[in-house]
Amino acid sequence: MHMPSAISVKNLSKTFKGGFEAVKDVSFEVPKGSTFAFLGPNGAGKTTTIRMLTTLLAPTSGAITINGFDPAHDPHAVRKSCGIVFQDASLDDDLSAYENMSFHAGIFGVPKKEAKGRIEELLKFVELWDRKDDFVKNFSGGMKRRLEIARGLLHTPAVLFLDEPTVGLDPQTRNHIWSYIKKLNTEKGLTVFFTTHYMDEVERVADHVVVIDHGGMVASDTVQGIISKNGGTTLEDAFIKLTGHDIREESVDAVDHLRSMRKMFGGNKK
Amino acid sequence: MNSTTLTTIYILWLRQIKKYFRSKSRIIGSLGQPLLFLLVLGFGLGPIFQKGGGGDYIQFLSPGIIAMSILFASVFSGIEIIWDRRFGFLKETLVAPVSRTAVMIGRTLGGATTAFFQGSIVLLITFCVGFHTTIIGALLSLIVMFVIAVIFAGLGTIFGSLMQDIQGFGLIVNLLVMPLFFLAGALFPLDTAPVAIRAVSDINPLTYGVDAMRHVLTGVVHFSLWTDAFVLAGVVVLAITVGAYLFSKIEA
Repeated sequence: MHMPSAISVKNLSKTFKGGFEAVKDVSFEVPKGSTFAFLGPNGAGKTTTIRMLTTLLAPTSGAITINGFDPAHDPHAVRKSCGIVFQDASLDDDLSAYENMSFHAGIFGVPKKEAKGRIEELLKFVELWDRKDDFVKNFSGGMKRRLEIARGLLHTPAVLFLDEPTVGLDPQTRNHIWSYIKKLNTEKGLTVFFTTHYMDEVERVADHVVVIDHGGMVASDTVQGIISKNGGTTLEDAFIKLTGHDIREESVDAVDHLRSMRKMFGGNKK
Repeated sequence: MNSTTLTTIYILWLRQIKKYFRSKSRIIGSLGQPLLFLLVLGFGLGPIFQKGGGGDYIQFLSPGIIAMSILFASVFSGIEIIWDRRFGFLKETLVAPVSRTAVMIGRTLGGATTAFFQGSIVLLITFCVGFHTTIIGALLSLIVMFVIAVIFAGLGTIFGSLMQDIQGFGLIVNLLVMPLFFLAGALFPLDTAPVAIRAVSDINPLTYGVDAMRHVLTGVVHFSLWTDAFVLAGVVVLAITVGAYLFSKIEA
């Protein structure tokens, strides 16, 4: 295999102020044009990893390359290479769908002439073209997600990051969203990196799966590989076998506690 | 400055302006306070001010009230950073391949422009209650108004970058903005004020803004116009520099 990697991660670690190790020595390669699932229980370090991959957070140690660029040295090139759909909404509710798109086109340097056509194409693709002038505050959760996906694709990124893109959505909408994403992956060769808690989604779309727990890697294989290695019949069984039966209230609490401490003491700064 | 930077500043500015003009309640609501000060103080204290030999109080008070409306509107524009952080939109600008400084300048100029617009409405209102000036005075005052707006929108950005909760922002800002306003020579002449008050007023940037406003609108001046211009220019640079630095340190 000499396929160049879209994402390359080597010995990535992140220790927060106060000593909490959110990510420990994680390494993986995401080949160009593949669909990559990044799984783990709540608080396992998924979002922290995505934040490091997308230049929002500096790693404590380790090396990252996105589309051939290093986030530490060339964050702007990495940002241009990534389309990101965050775990929480990141739209401006007081602007229309179209305005959110054209704002993004502007700050991502999409030329004006090109932007117009692409916005129309993408809004049609996610079936929001007839609602383009409505304010986002009047959109449902599923519509917002679709808009965010369209927006993430606007600057023609090489990699699309999706952090739990379907959380809280009904099966119809989830189905829709994955159809769009799979279509982009197969037709345009877009590399997709996603996290989710819905194992059926992973079985349906992922070429490769990495499972992390307590910040460290516990498995890296194809869906079938993970299932057969763990003697289960479904990915969900294998996932539970890998990460245990315990509900992660404790670890979530610890992280939440840390978050609230950081908020209280202004930990938004480095 | 390249075209990407200018485009970024423009886009962030435009967003702010669009949102402002869509919120009619914000425009009307923020006129209430200056109107109250102008009418109640202007007509309530006016006769005493005149008896004391201070002349027409509306003439004295109006430039100060215009500056006040800009002060409040511009500092509070910083709260939008906290809103954007809470609703996630801030991330959208932080992962963009553009300089954080450009984003900050665009936002700050947007907040300043809306505050400037607010001040212009108050200027028109003062004419209705008997304030008078020359056309040149009114035009020059627009420049001073914009400078005041930029300074305090920069201050708003500083607080918005440092703080994460909206209630806290309101409390801290009020704690700071009220003294800034009361000790700026907006309500009473500094020439006759006690030394302690004058000492505090001398280090208050708004004092120089109010003084410059009063100078261009009515010809009355406490410092000189050069002093005002020099101090205001310095504070603009300081506010933008500190604001840009703190904004660049925000982690989404």
